Amino acid sequence: MRDFSYLRAGSVEAARQAAALPGAMLLAGGTTLIDLAKCGVAEPDSLVDITHLKGLDKVEVSERGATIGALAKMGHVADHADIKSRFPAVSEALWQAASAQIRNMATIGGNLMQRTRCPYFRDPSNFPACNKREPGSGCSALGGVTRGHAVLGTSEACIAMYPGDLAAALVAFDAIVHLGERRVPVDDFFLVPGTTPEREHAIEPGEMITAIEIPHSAAARRSTYLKIRDRQSYEFAAASAAVGIEFEADGRTIRDLRVALGGVATKPWRARAVEEALKGKVLGPDAVRAASLLAVEGAVDHGANHYKIELAPRVVARAILKMGETA
Amino acid sequence: MTVHNIRVGESKRGDASDGGADAVGGRLSRVDGPAKITGAAKYAVEQQLDGLAYAVLVESTIASGKVRSIDTSVAEAAPGVLKVLTPDIIISLRTASDWFGTPPPDAPYCPLARDVTFSGQHVAAVVAETFEQAVAAAALVEVSYYETPAIVDLSDAKAGDGIPIDAMTKEWGDAQAAFASAPVRICAAYNTPREYQAPMEPHGLIAHWEGDKLTVWEPSQWLDGMARTYAEWFDVPFENVRLVSPYIGGGFGSKALALSHGAVAASAAKMLGRPVRLVMTRPQTFTGYGGRAATRQTVTIGADRQGKIQSIVHRGINETSIDGMWVEPLGSVTSIMYATPNFSSKQNVVRVNSVVPGAMRAPGENPSAFGIESAIDELAYEVGIDPLEIRLRNYAEQDPEAKKAWSTRQLREAFAAGAERFGWAKRTPEPRSMRDGNQLIGWGVAAGTYPVRRAYGEAIVRILADGSVEVESSSIDMGQGTYTILAQTAAETVGVPADNVVVKLGDSRFPRAGVAGGSRLAGVMTGAVYKAATSALDQLVGLAISDPRSPFHALQANTLVVANGRISSPRGDGPDLSIAELLSSVGRDHIEATGDTMPANSTAQDRYKNYTTIAMAVPHTEGDYSRHSWCAHFIEVRVDEDFGTVRVSRVVSALDSGRLYNPKLAESQWKGGIIMGIGQALLEEGIVDRRHGRIVNNNLADYLVPTNADIPDIEVISVGIPDLHSSVLGGKGVGELAIVGVAPAIANAVFHATGKRVRDLPITLEKLI
Ligand SMILES: Cc1cc2nc3c(=O)[nH]c(=O)nc-3n(C[C@H](O)[C@H](O)[C@H](O)COP(=O)(O)OP(=O)(O)OC[C@H]3O[C@@H](n4cnc5c(N)ncnc54)[C@H](O)[C@@H]3O)c2cc1C
Ligand code: SF4
Repeated sequence: MRDFSYLRAGSVEAARQAAALPGAMLLAGGTTLIDLAKCGVAEPDSLVDITHLKGLDKVEVSERGATIGALAKMGHVADHADIKSRFPAVSEALWQAASAQIRNMATIGGNLMQRTRCPYFRDPSNFPACNKREPGSGCSALGGVTRGHAVLGTSEACIAMYPGDLAAALVAFDAIVHLGERRVPVDDFFLVPGTTPEREHAIEPGEMITAIEIPHSAAARRSTYLKIRDRQSYEFAAASAAVGIEFEADGRTIRDLRVALGGVATKPWRARAVEEALKGKVLGPDAVRAASLLAVEGAVDHGANHYKIELAPRVVARAILKMGETA
Repeated sequence: MTVHNIRVGESKRGDASDGGADAVGGRLSRVDGPAKITGAAKYAVEQQLDGLAYAVLVESTIASGKVRSIDTSVAEAAPGVLKVLTPDIIISLRTASDWFGTPPPDAPYCPLARDVTFSGQHVAAVVAETFEQAVAAAALVEVSYYETPAIVDLSDAKAGDGIPIDAMTKEWGDAQAAFASAPVRICAAYNTPREYQAPMEPHGLIAHWEGDKLTVWEPSQWLDGMARTYAEWFDVPFENVRLVSPYIGGGFGSKALALSHGAVAASAAKMLGRPVRLVMTRPQTFTGYGGRAATRQTVTIGADRQGKIQSIVHRGINETSIDGMWVEPLGSVTSIMYATPNFSSKQNVVRVNSVVPGAMRAPGENPSAFGIESAIDELAYEVGIDPLEIRLRNYAEQDPEAKKAWSTRQLREAFAAGAERFGWAKRTPEPRSMRDGNQLIGWGVAAGTYPVRRAYGEAIVRILADGSVEVESSSIDMGQGTYTILAQTAAETVGVPADNVVVKLGDSRFPRAGVAGGSRLAGVMTGAVYKAATSALDQLVGLAISDPRSPFHALQANTLVVANGRISSPRGDGPDLSIAELLSSVGRDHIEATGDTMPANSTAQDRYKNYTTIAMAVPHTEGDYSRHSWCAHFIEVRVDEDFGTVRVSRVVSALDSGRLYNPKLAESQWKGGIIMGIGQALLEEGIVDRRHGRIVNNNLADYLVPTNADIPDIEVISVGIPDLHSSVLGGKGVGELAIVGVAPAIANAVFHATGKRVRDLPITLEKLI
């Protein structure tokens, strides 16, 4: 039997020290970690349970923005009145993620850190080759079943899609990850695979997410998260878009626009080209559709996931137009 | 170890919705519901036995080849490990007969493979003191292989055309010639992928030997059939094997047979002299036994300009495994749904490196209907006739294949009732003509059918000293409601409240029953219980009249009335006693009667064969009639054309299952079938990695079944009438019927919405984008 030690951390500092040891992993809601341990992907020597740490589960919305503790539950944040009113895309992204049961267990910190759903990554006994799991072993997905794989941000080493919904909304609104004292913009927190797909986040051993901070913006206030998927619930995105918009005083000209994609890239994907193309323009269906195509500039498909290249711009366009309608 | 007993009364609501609920035809709630919801229901593998050991399977990671070697040394040295079983380290079993009872070759049987014919085949097993130890040690078993190229699926170039199955050929008239000369011709190919039963409760068992007697706690759709297989494998008398299966967490066809993992567990138990539990992991349930075979059909229809069919030519293939044979009868609906003077259907079976496919809700009829019910819709558009109207124009007044009268066929009534409720008349015929904002709306119709399969069962009915009634049968309840309807049958027949009936099922020591498959069990078992209860009642009344100690003796009546647990004379003159009072007055502590649905003069051998094989099932076209259930589905879809997403927004289905023994339960089963059909149409597909011949979405996060959010309100309407040619009490099949025709109704609705005809299931968004 694979033995591992279990430690209930008494303080953030203790957690960070324990987690710095080789083979140690933080345990929050466990909905990703326990699952991966069962499929033989995660093989921790020690689990550092952080769920009893005090004060990390708060959601606070102040003048500066929202601060969401790393241990806040997905369900709690989704339902938070100020998050709903000031950051609708964040609430909607969470509501549409996973299932009610998982949202009640899972934490915001764990949510950011969730791993890819690449089926080859998750089945080591049948597919030993996976660069993300075993650097240099190859990539079983290339040439295999790729319907759910990324079309943006891929590399020869790895085409795994980052499946989280929340992170797309965070990237759109310039959220900042708190690693204790260290602050990292969410967009920099997630890494593209490049030649090191095993390294997914700008987090060092012994660091821990303590909170997420989302600055206020008019665009965040007028935002939405549109998620398209094969089934209506309990399913990852085929393509999704977090969109926020701010108009000039005329109510038609776009002053600020935020667009980020989920379900199509190796990390939560900010579509700045779409934003730039539309800023200063009058919102209209043709312009929006044309600009939305920029969301998948440089996309590369692997056969079965080609539809994502068609789908993603349409999701972006629909979301932008929907935000325009509520003017 | 006795079966968990259920008191009917616990679940009776006692409000108006239960009015008359106790009798056959009443809406009694599921009597096993409270036990399941509260967790009191103990499932097979939840038995606690002293000395229980845990087995975990090791599966092949290649699809084709041979096991070169298995290194068990590390696993054996792991903590808690009791035994590692391999093809070389396992007791020798004998090959068992198949479910037809065909005498098997006199050859040994090994449930662990040396020759690998599919990925996920059992090659070894580890038994340990705890489950966790067994899981850990199973990962330490080192298997090496000689790998050979696999035939991964039907589209593999190496697969070839397959083996013709002559028994599937059906022909009349001259279909090819009639097609060639028909003024309107359509021809199209329809494909369905591998689909999986995905029951909530995974397969598993506890096997326990005491000397040469084996007890198996295992979810089972067929205790006596599985007991026979175990007995044959281990070469012990049938009577030495006891199967116990009080509750089943869903089967959908997959729990009818003893499977190789059962042989592994029972072998391990024998080798260790300890009870062994083996439960499959969810991924193992995708390869440890078969789901629905992938199928391909071409349907060609020749018709006149009024849409009257002149010829149907149908060709089908389904996949089977390298060394097993599964025939999914693809022409089964094709040949009976519509009247046609000329017909030809043939079927081949193609061997691929997969586990042998198996039965899944309406095997045969389900994919068959996807072909013909899509094709007739295509014909409707070709000739410009309403899809409902074309079905009526080609209505089969008798069975076109058997050329016999239908026992009952309320399909016309189903079309009428469904169309009325759905508002079909308001449909605009052109594709893409109905829209709501970004959503295209489509309305589709399709019919379904399932044959009335009949078999045999027996039951004991006891009237006990306290006036309660006890029913025993080795038949099972996998959620379809056997406990409930048998309580209603006994209650009505004897004349007691359903509260006073205890039904005991799921133990092969009880009177025997055939398979709970093919929607036959309710008809069979209500018949058996009705007969047993009738004869128990006769004995009771006989005693009351003729026993000199009975207060009714002096009345010199020739009959008495039993109602609500009391006995009285028909005219109400004379005594009025409870059953308990009567039994005590005549000095009896119980009355017992056995009833069965077997032909008179059946021998013990006949009975054994009837209950443990399907060889003697009665054909649905026996005698003068052809017997089937029927249904018509009317379905609305909303397609977001930008995204290709299809959402089912409305379902109205009208169904003819004959007389319903319990409408509430029948409606639930119909709805369950429709929900499964929505999954089949839009979501479900076993995705094969073609390089490895392996299903990669082998879990319930990646193999998508519908969630509540995918299911709209479903309205079901019963249009059946009692069909006494089909069963003793007039019911026809319920469980499988409703899934048949759902997928084509959805595909037809998608065509109406979008103008795109999707002939490959499931209809995923990339096919419409
Ligand atoms: C079937 C299924 C469907 C799902 N569907 C969706 C979906 O549609 N959309 C979606 O967005 N998500 C989905 N999820 C993912 C789900 O949201 C994540 O599993 C969950 O958010 C993880 O949170 P947790 O607290 O359970 O993390 P854990 O499982 O406890 O931890 C996950 C990882 O994060 C690390 N970690 C945890 N907390 C911290 C911290 N504070 N600092 C640093 N590292 C940390 C752990 O060490 C571990 O590696 C789904 C999951 C499942 C199982
Ligand atoms: S895509 Fe990435 S995660 Fe998937 S097998 Fe390849 S390397 Fe591993």
